[in-house]
Amino acid sequence: MTTFKAFLRHPTGMIGLFILSCVVLLAVSAPWLFPDDPWDMVGAPFQPPLSEGLWLGSDMLGRDVAAGIAHGARISLIIGVVSTLTSLIIGVTIGATAGYFGGKIDDVMMRLTELFQTIPGFVLAILLVATLGPKISNVIFAIGIVSWPSLARLTRAEFMRLRGREFVQAAVCQGQRAITVVLRRILPNAISPIIVTGSLAVASAILIESALSFMGLGDPNLMSWGFMIGAARTVIRQAWWMSVFPGLAILLTVLAINLVGEGLNDVMNPRISRRR
Amino acid sequence: MTSASLNKGGRGSAIVLALAGWFVKFVLVVLVIATFNFILVHAAPGDPAQVIAGQSGASDEKLLEQLRAEYGLDKPYPVQLANYLGRVLTLDLGYSYRQQRTVSSLILERLPATLLLTATAFILALIAGIFLGTLAGVRAGKWSDTLLTIVSLLLYATPVFWLGLMLVLLFAVQLDWLPAFGYATIGVKQTALERMVDIGMHMVLPVISLAAVYLAIYTRLMRSSVLDVTHQDFIKTAKAKGLKQRAIIIHHMLRNAVLPIVTVAGMQAGALVGGAVVIETVFAWPGLGRLIYDALLQRDYPVLLGVFLVMSVIVIALNLLTDAIYRVIDPRVSVRAAS
Repeated sequence: MTTFKAFLRHPTGMIGLFILSCVVLLAVSAPWLFPDDPWDMVGAPFQPPLSEGLWLGSDMLGRDVAAGIAHGARISLIIGVVSTLTSLIIGVTIGATAGYFGGKIDDVMMRLTELFQTIPGFVLAILLVATLGPKISNVIFAIGIVSWPSLARLTRAEFMRLRGREFVQAAVCQGQRAITVVLRRILPNAISPIIVTGSLAVASAILIESALSFMGLGDPNLMSWGFMIGAARTVIRQAWWMSVFPGLAILLTVLAINLVGEGLNDVMNPRISRRR
Repeated sequence: MTSASLNKGGRGSAIVLALAGWFVKFVLVVLVIATFNFILVHAAPGDPAQVIAGQSGASDEKLLEQLRAEYGLDKPYPVQLANYLGRVLTLDLGYSYRQQRTVSSLILERLPATLLLTATAFILALIAGIFLGTLAGVRAGKWSDTLLTIVSLLLYATPVFWLGLMLVLLFAVQLDWLPAFGYATIGVKQTALERMVDIGMHMVLPVISLAAVYLAIYTRLMRSSVLDVTHQDFIKTAKAKGLKQRAIIIHHMLRNAVLPIVTVAGMQAGALVGGAVVIETVFAWPGLGRLIYDALLQRDYPVLLGVFLVMSVIVIALNLLTDAIYRVIDPRVSVRAAS
């Protein structure tokens, strides 16, 4: 509760939370605000904003840009959150194992992490989605696979720090099983930096998703912001609004999540200075 | 043997050891990525022969038969994998049946453009970031400092491809100052100098879009790094000696404050190369990223896998480069200690 109250007094964190709430509200209410399929033609193509009752204009096939943005918000948020959960599961498991057991296991796990940090992650994501097929589950999997290393490193560092503390040693001496010590004793104490980094990871997951669908690798049945920009790229000389508005949507959402993440960081880890 | 010569011999062999360590790491990463590529081809839905041929559905049965024989697709997986790794180590990256050319020739043709783009963006981001960050650090708390924080927050949230498009909209469509697409003007007779200027003009927007985020990150890092260093004893000593501020910044602060930036720059090499893929797509820059985009449209897997491998190698090379820079700048890290 004190954390929550402290966050309410964090100015930039609250600005971020406000913008993020608006985006979430837009995503949730999209089926009511724009009941039609965002892929449907609703007017003449190439209509500039505020014409024919279309706030943000229409695209080259006469689809409503505003409807695309509202429905795209759902996809961006879902992919951002679920793929971050995926990378959390991978990263925390690997980091916790490495940090708790140390020695040879730690060596192997950290080599693996270093390898994944060396690989150009975005290219790997492209490759994964291209071979497995452009489905939303594969996009989530690909983003999860390329985003876990920093979470693993963080978790490992936290576990190594806590491993030698008395309460953990006491639990080990009592004969508690490793899995119990890890999940019930260490993890709760390591959770706040993981939450902070995880919330920032949602922002970068949304950026990766938008770049993937910009490259034409999004799920072809789901409207997304990156897809809208990619499709409008070739007509940017005639129709600026088709790429400007979806891009602003990405910018605002990512900015909001970053602000919330930094706010959480200041509130939950007051002693740790800002990372960036 | 005197202690001096012993020392010298130790240093020489340490460098050899470090180089050998780098080489082993390099080969290991290449082998792991090649293995990964192999697994991907077999994990892809459908017949691996079809994947290699870059076709889906109806395809030439004769070609598929030939591919199965050539790649030994009827042999057990370990044998296939060993064959594949052997080919990769001899720089044989396969054949693109879509383009009717070897993958390595396609890559070699596109490599210079990508290297030019990424290297220029990398160096620009580093130098400008260090310069601006030092300025901001020295003047911490002034309005320029606040402005810097806001700009970097915004840049950090901007998709790199959208930033590129917006720059095109402003500088190419609205103002008509710079060319929007491509590498050089086509179909014009140019002297060598004119051609260099022409390519330079075409480079401005892609390089800025690619470098912007990193510029923001390095500036913020450099700022806090300069602030950290400012309060250390050796700076106080330099001040007490009566050195001018300019001399203190150049000779004492920079060398120490720059180290964390070099470390981070090395870690972000992978992200930079990934960003180049998107930027090349936006600006029709004829490099490896554009090659990936075209290969994606045609489902040309041998090209995709080859480019992935080569891009990983570029990242390792950038890592080694930043490692070397670190050693040059920081006298405290000996070759032996870090390897």
